[in-house]
Amino acid sequence: MTATDASDAVAAAVGPRRRRLPSRGSRRRRLSFDYVSFMLVFLGLPLAIFLIFVIWPFIQAVFYSMTDWTGFTAEFNVIGLGNFEKLINDPIFMRAMGNSIKIAIVVPLVTIVIALTFATLITVGGSSRGQIRGIRNSSFYRVVSFFPYVIPAIVIALIWRQMFDPSAGLLNGILTGLGFDQFESYAWLGKVSTALPVTMFVIIWGAVGFYMLLFIAAIKGVPAETLEAARIDGAGRFRSAVSIVIPLIRDNVQTAFIYLGIMALDAFVFVQALNPSGGPDNSTLVMSQQLFRTAFTQGQFGYASAMGVVLAIITLLFAALVFIINWATGGRDEGGRA
Amino acid sequence: MTTVTSTGTPAPPVAAPGRNGETAGGDRAVATVSHTVLILWSIIVILPLLWTLLSSFKTSSEIFASPFALPAEWSFDNYVSAWSEAGIGGMFLNTVIVVGFALVLVMLLGGMCAYVLARFAFPGRRAIYYLMLAGLTFPVFLAIVPLFFVLRNIGMLNTLPGLILTYVAFALPFTVFFLYSFFRGLPEEISEAAAVDGAGEWRTFFQVMLPMARPGMASVAIFNFLGLWNQFLLPVALNTDQDNYVLSQGMAGFASSAGYAVDFGSLFAAVVITVVPVLIVYVIFQRQLQGSVSQGTMK
Repeated sequence: MTATDASDAVAAAVGPRRRRLPSRGSRRRRLSFDYVSFMLVFLGLPLAIFLIFVIWPFIQAVFYSMTDWTGFTAEFNVIGLGNFEKLINDPIFMRAMGNSIKIAIVVPLVTIVIALTFATLITVGGSSRGQIRGIRNSSFYRVVSFFPYVIPAIVIALIWRQMFDPSAGLLNGILTGLGFDQFESYAWLGKVSTALPVTMFVIIWGAVGFYMLLFIAAIKGVPAETLEAARIDGAGRFRSAVSIVIPLIRDNVQTAFIYLGIMALDAFVFVQALNPSGGPDNSTLVMSQQLFRTAFTQGQFGYASAMGVVLAIITLLFAALVFIINWATGGRDEGGRA
Repeated sequence: MTTVTSTGTPAPPVAAPGRNGETAGGDRAVATVSHTVLILWSIIVILPLLWTLLSSFKTSSEIFASPFALPAEWSFDNYVSAWSEAGIGGMFLNTVIVVGFALVLVMLLGGMCAYVLARFAFPGRRAIYYLMLAGLTFPVFLAIVPLFFVLRNIGMLNTLPGLILTYVAFALPFTVFFLYSFFRGLPEEISEAAAVDGAGEWRTFFQVMLPMARPGMASVAIFNFLGLWNQFLLPVALNTDQDNYVLSQGMAGFASSAGYAVDFGSLFAAVVITVVPVLIVYVIFQRQLQGSVSQGTMK
């Protein structure tokens, strides 16, 4: 990585955003063939695809959620909020919702704590004398930690399913090898107490690398002078990290929280591969999995759409919650950067 | 690489005098703890991958005999059977076709859309922007049921072109958002100059603006490639014809079939076949990727 890249990262992470409005539009333009055909193709074509395949299904889903449609018959009845009433009284869906919420609380939090810690060590955790820098071999750790990001989620889940295999898995092999005989044939994914934590671990394993890289880029945008000034004032590394670095990359942490929340509320790939049937006593069943099952194996499309609407509402609530917490804990004080 | 964090002035070597001896000792302790933690994490990351590679050379009975033992003979039988019998070869080809077409299309359409949104004023511009934001935030699961019927009604369910179009549609918001800020940053004078020289809107875009946007396009293309290569829900729900399966579906097949029916040797081999090409590309291009992540944070 060259110095130019670093300065790009600096500009990217904290630089003032350009707020320059395009001045072209203010110029009067003739409706020539060139201009009209240009707008039709450049705006019309992508927009048509987007509206047909993304926005239109979203709107339809909200409508279907109020019907008793089973998909393969032409007629159906509008039943208002009946599906949602049914959902509240559906113990399996409520179980799935509880699991989803647990994942959405634990996974983003743990991932961000790990990723932030590693990013700080790698960028500013080095010697407390001389230049502010990361610890030795930091690029090795950076490259290795990022590996999981380039592995498809389904493959991550498959690898870990084999790792956790009761008899042939590496984990129990190592544990019994170390003398913990109670782990011989211990079914990590087959026990109610461990199935969900293990699933969360696998999701975190796959997510840490990317967010670590994101935070590294952001921390590189913190001016070295600020950190040096803190050091002259007697702040140690831990103090600098907590009081200087983290407040300055607040916005990046907020973005990371929202992305991770959206991913954790989905989690479909992981649960589907680790425990296709929903786990022991539905302990790893999540909303998306139950939705998929309701729609594509039971054919209850109206009911499944209602689940989709609930999932979307929870996703939006999660994002709103992150914004509110960030605001309430002082994010509003930095008017210039908010 | 490790020392670029402070590109500016060198640090004044005037840390609190009298604390120096103590700091050196503290440094060593902090460094030891940091390295221990990071090495432990590196092991947690690398060990499963190495174990998968090792297991891919074992026979199924060897896999069940012991998780540690080396294979009796290093043969590529598992790879052969994964590639042909489990059908990974065909799925690999399908994935390359779908991801290739979708990537080119989404970069072209996304670039065009972002360019218009960023540099032209017209009624409804903000509305389109917010629609894109909605496409980025709402879960794909909300759309999946109606999408199934949209595709069925236009006769594209279970076809590769249908899958390509949905990939493009769902990758579009991210692409537009990223390139939007990129096109905004390009200097106004250049397109003015092109217009003065008589270039129409089409020519200005393809011969002037697009080449200038190349660094931004490259970053988005990397992320879109990884995102599309890893796509799971869309193919599983919308592409149920066995002949059209993409790699992630083949992998899911291993996950859902009952334990005793799985050929574990070819499972491991299939995993290696899926991971290794991307991992090699990553190790070669990891510096560029690091750069793109830093640009990605500017949204």
